[in-house]
Amino acid sequence: MSLSAQLPALQVVVPLASAPLVTLLRVANLPWLVALAASATAFAISIALTGQVLPGTTITYDLGGWPAPYGIVFVIDQLSCVMMLIVTGASTAALAFGKMSLDLQIGTVRAPYFYAAWLLALAGLVGISITGDAFNIFVFMEISSLASYVLIGSGPDRRALTATFKYLTLGTIGATFYLIGVGLIYMMTGTLNLADMASRVGDVSDLRPVLAAAGFVTIGLALKAAIFPLHVWMPNAYTFAPHIVSVFLAACATKVSLYVLIRFDSAVFAPNLAGHDIRFSGFLTVVSILAVLIGSTVAVFENNLKRLLGYSSVAQIGYILLGVSFLSLTGMTAGVVHLFNHALIKAALFMAVACIAYRLGTVRLNEVAGCGKIMPWTMAAFVAAGLSLIGVPGTAGFVSKWYLLQAALDHGPVGYAIAAVILVSSVLAVIYVWKVIEWAYFREFTETSREAGEAPVTMLIFTWAMVLANFYFGIFTELPLGLAESSAKILLGAGL
Amino acid sequence: MIETLGLYNYWVFSLLLVIGLFAIVGKKNLIKKLIGLSIFQAAVFLLYISMDKVTGGTAPILLADADTRVFSNPLPQVLILTAIVVGISTTALGLALVVRIREEYGSIENDVIRTMDPDT
Amino acid sequence: MSDATLILLALALPAIGAALIPVFHRAPNLREAVTLASAGTLLLVTVTLWRRVSAGSVPDVVLFNVVDGIDLAFKVEPLGMLFALVASSLWIVNSIYSIGYMRGNDEPRQTSFYVCFAIAISSAMGIAFAKNLFTLFLFYEILTLSTYPLVAHKGNNEARQGARVYILLLMATSMVLLLPAIIWTWLLTGTADFTVGGILAGKAEGPVVGILLALYAFGIGKAALMPVHFWLPNAMVAPTPVSALLHAVAVVKAGVFSVLKVVVYIFGIDFLAGSGMNQWLIYVASATVILASLIAMTMDNLKARLAYSTVSQLSYIVVGAALASSLGVIGGAMHIATHAVGKITLFFCAGAIYVAAHKTEISDMTGLGRVMPYTFTAFLIGALSIIGLPPMAGLWSKWYLALGSLEGEYLSVLTVLMVSSLLNIAYLLPIPLKALFGQLPEGQQGDGIKEAPLPCLIAIGITSLACILLFLFPDQLYQLTKMIPVR
Repeated sequence: MSLSAQLPALQVVVPLASAPLVTLLRVANLPWLVALAASATAFAISIALTGQVLPGTTITYDLGGWPAPYGIVFVIDQLSCVMMLIVTGASTAALAFGKMSLDLQIGTVRAPYFYAAWLLALAGLVGISITGDAFNIFVFMEISSLASYVLIGSGPDRRALTATFKYLTLGTIGATFYLIGVGLIYMMTGTLNLADMASRVGDVSDLRPVLAAAGFVTIGLALKAAIFPLHVWMPNAYTFAPHIVSVFLAACATKVSLYVLIRFDSAVFAPNLAGHDIRFSGFLTVVSILAVLIGSTVAVFENNLKRLLGYSSVAQIGYILLGVSFLSLTGMTAGVVHLFNHALIKAALFMAVACIAYRLGTVRLNEVAGCGKIMPWTMAAFVAAGLSLIGVPGTAGFVSKWYLLQAALDHGPVGYAIAAVILVSSVLAVIYVWKVIEWAYFREFTETSREAGEAPVTMLIFTWAMVLANFYFGIFTELPLGLAESSAKILLGAGL
Repeated sequence: MIETLGLYNYWVFSLLLVIGLFAIVGKKNLIKKLIGLSIFQAAVFLLYISMDKVTGGTAPILLADADTRVFSNPLPQVLILTAIVVGISTTALGLALVVRIREEYGSIENDVIRTMDPDT
Repeated sequence: MSDATLILLALALPAIGAALIPVFHRAPNLREAVTLASAGTLLLVTVTLWRRVSAGSVPDVVLFNVVDGIDLAFKVEPLGMLFALVASSLWIVNSIYSIGYMRGNDEPRQTSFYVCFAIAISSAMGIAFAKNLFTLFLFYEILTLSTYPLVAHKGNNEARQGARVYILLLMATSMVLLLPAIIWTWLLTGTADFTVGGILAGKAEGPVVGILLALYAFGIGKAALMPVHFWLPNAMVAPTPVSALLHAVAVVKAGVFSVLKVVVYIFGIDFLAGSGMNQWLIYVASATVILASLIAMTMDNLKARLAYSTVSQLSYIVVGAALASSLGVIGGAMHIATHAVGKITLFFCAGAIYVAAHKTEISDMTGLGRVMPYTFTAFLIGALSIIGLPPMAGLWSKWYLALGSLEGEYLSVLTVLMVSSLLNIAYLLPIPLKALFGQLPEGQQGDGIKEAPLPCLIAIGITSLACILLFLFPDQLYQLTKMIPVR
């Protein structure tokens, strides 16, 4: 077998194998360099795989040569590609961007372990995106979760520890719920392979355990994905994590769980449980509307920049779910494309915030007041990414909103109400983005922040690269939309 | 009735699950929360182990008379070995966190910590 | 030069200007030269385009596809041509004026002022030449965003409040009402292109037409139809050249222009008139005309009074659109141009008074005309033009609006127009008359107040001359508006 045939496995193996290697490196900068190299390799592999999958083929890779349903398989279709690109891209960008900030917040002593944890998180998240085995998802999920507990817990503030503890308990409950669900289905079907499961659930005589399984899986993953009202762990975890970890995790961690939720439901439950899709979509509609409204409203009143962005993420996850809940091609496309676009938006925003924090040492609005005057490039990046968050035309955020509204208006009277909710939430987004702008530009900066200057050039370059990506994908939409549309067809074709 | 009672290990599973959850949510002490988490996970181990039991089945070892023997399903046992490893890692990490929290706050009681840092 | 190059140049020239202005941050004379040079070349480009449009060609250019069936594309039709001409010619005058005003007032952050101004003009060109609703919406939002720093220019609390209302109201209306209207139109018709005769005919009927019209009319918040008008008085905190930009050159004109364009090319006037769903808009716009005039009378702050006057005058244009007849469209389109020259004169004068005498309240201006005769004479000319009296340009647009209302047998509209003219007289004319013929208060013999800086006076002279010239030679303007293909 040629190397290119092994790409799916390498995608996971490269970061996984680099992790223990990194712990052995005691030379300054080397751990970071190896982590970056591994992450960049993974990113390159996912681009190569996307290239292979783009025409519509699905890659199936039997781990260890054991064919499905006996062995574990990696299945890579367009939807997996979206996730892979988000995960590996965010990790690479965050690492390349954040060297100086990480040196400041992590230090050289802890660096080898920190980067090892980073690579494990990366391996886990990529693994979830491509595996076709329900139990394997659990294993990867726990690898990534355990590693991200470590990442978040290495934040310099002591509240990082309590935030991590909360995340750890709730995250474990979520994963265990998922495990119970998978166990119940295994009991009824005797298989763990997702595709095999999908075809066998139909033959099960008593569907009640499967119904219970649907409940456990949905709630467990909703907890992991920080879907309102199960989001309580998330804002604090993002707030007190090291800034660069926030960039990485905000862009992709919850989305991967969201991905599993959507994929599981569309593959296993929707085609086999009568009326499931309606119930599922009803459930999603309600929670996502609440998420959108409450997340945005809390963000309006929040005075800590990172937590503000965290609550904004709660609302944005709501957008993604709203799109999915319409059960239509446009809606599903909107959901998947927003997975992608929101990763771009939040990565750019958290990068700008990391720049501010690097210079000013704080992310509280009243303490960074006036920073627009001393960090013009950084704040300009924040404003530009904020526009994308609001959904101004010409930005990536607009493309998501365009499809989302289209799906809503196509959905009858209920859709009109949902469209109104989306629009109200966009206005709330204007308010909370503008609140930051007013603090940054209309206040005099305080004594403590007077010494600070513009962020380092390397950090600015990557921040702006991410911002420009927001504009690029707001105008040249072919790649994300193409992937999203075929993903939507995959998800709907399976019945959802 | 008898049938319902016969599923006693599933009853125990549910009971352990709820006890664990209660401890996680209801206890203020972080160590007790972790104990709850462990009980919670142990419940799931029991679920998996229960489902692989075949009445009269033996350990799945390939012997000469394999055709006539009844085996217990080995797969859930393997799965749950993995889950146990995950559980141990989680507990270990959680305990390490509690140690760090104790170092920083001087307490492992949630309400004490909350008074020191209101926004946690 | 090819059509496509010209269109793109019209967008690019102000943008290039915006990029070059910061380079000459330390050399104000060169910096202003860049502004004037880009304004001059832009006018050259728009005039060239105008000649081609007059000759009957319809230049267009498609840049690229954004989402399915929606392109970033431009097309020059007569209505957009008119708006582009107004904006580009007034940019020159406004720049000359800005030089005098900003220097005379020692305003801070002048470089960013000129940069944002140039970006706003570039987006106005984008709005003018938009081929479809998406392109229009894109540049509409860029215009809002680029003018926000201008409104907030002073940077004090009051400016922040005003700018906050400005951005929130304009963004909120455009996102909550306009965007769904666009998507709905797209869902109904499968296109978002501005098409002669409209695209909604046969695709929408009954109340849907009325709801869509409401979404557009209120969603285009820049048209300042009541009750979404109050961003305009709030934006008065901006420096006067910015007010001129808002009221005359680009912003509100972009609003009413968009309303006209949507009525003509999305609904189609015959379809809209046939559906009868334009009635409510006629009444709401008429009510705005009267109410805003009444509020204007109560204002003692000169710029606030002018702001409400603008709200009132803009609704003339909305009435013209809502009449959904060819005469109404001609009247509305002409009013874009005539109101622009009239109102910019008034604002220039208000700014000149502020620079020279630091007075903002009308009651303080009695007798001021004796020391600032040129300024107040120009104010008189501008006021007469807004009122619509000969020999001023404002007469013509009112004339056609009146004809349009007669043709559609809307006698109520005719009444509104006449009553509004009377109200205009009541709140505008006393200002120059008292200033010119009143007595300065005791012990205040001018106090060393002299005329405004020369660049300001030049700009005022040009625009007041334009008011008169457009009265004497309205033919070019009329011909262009008559070319608007309404069916």
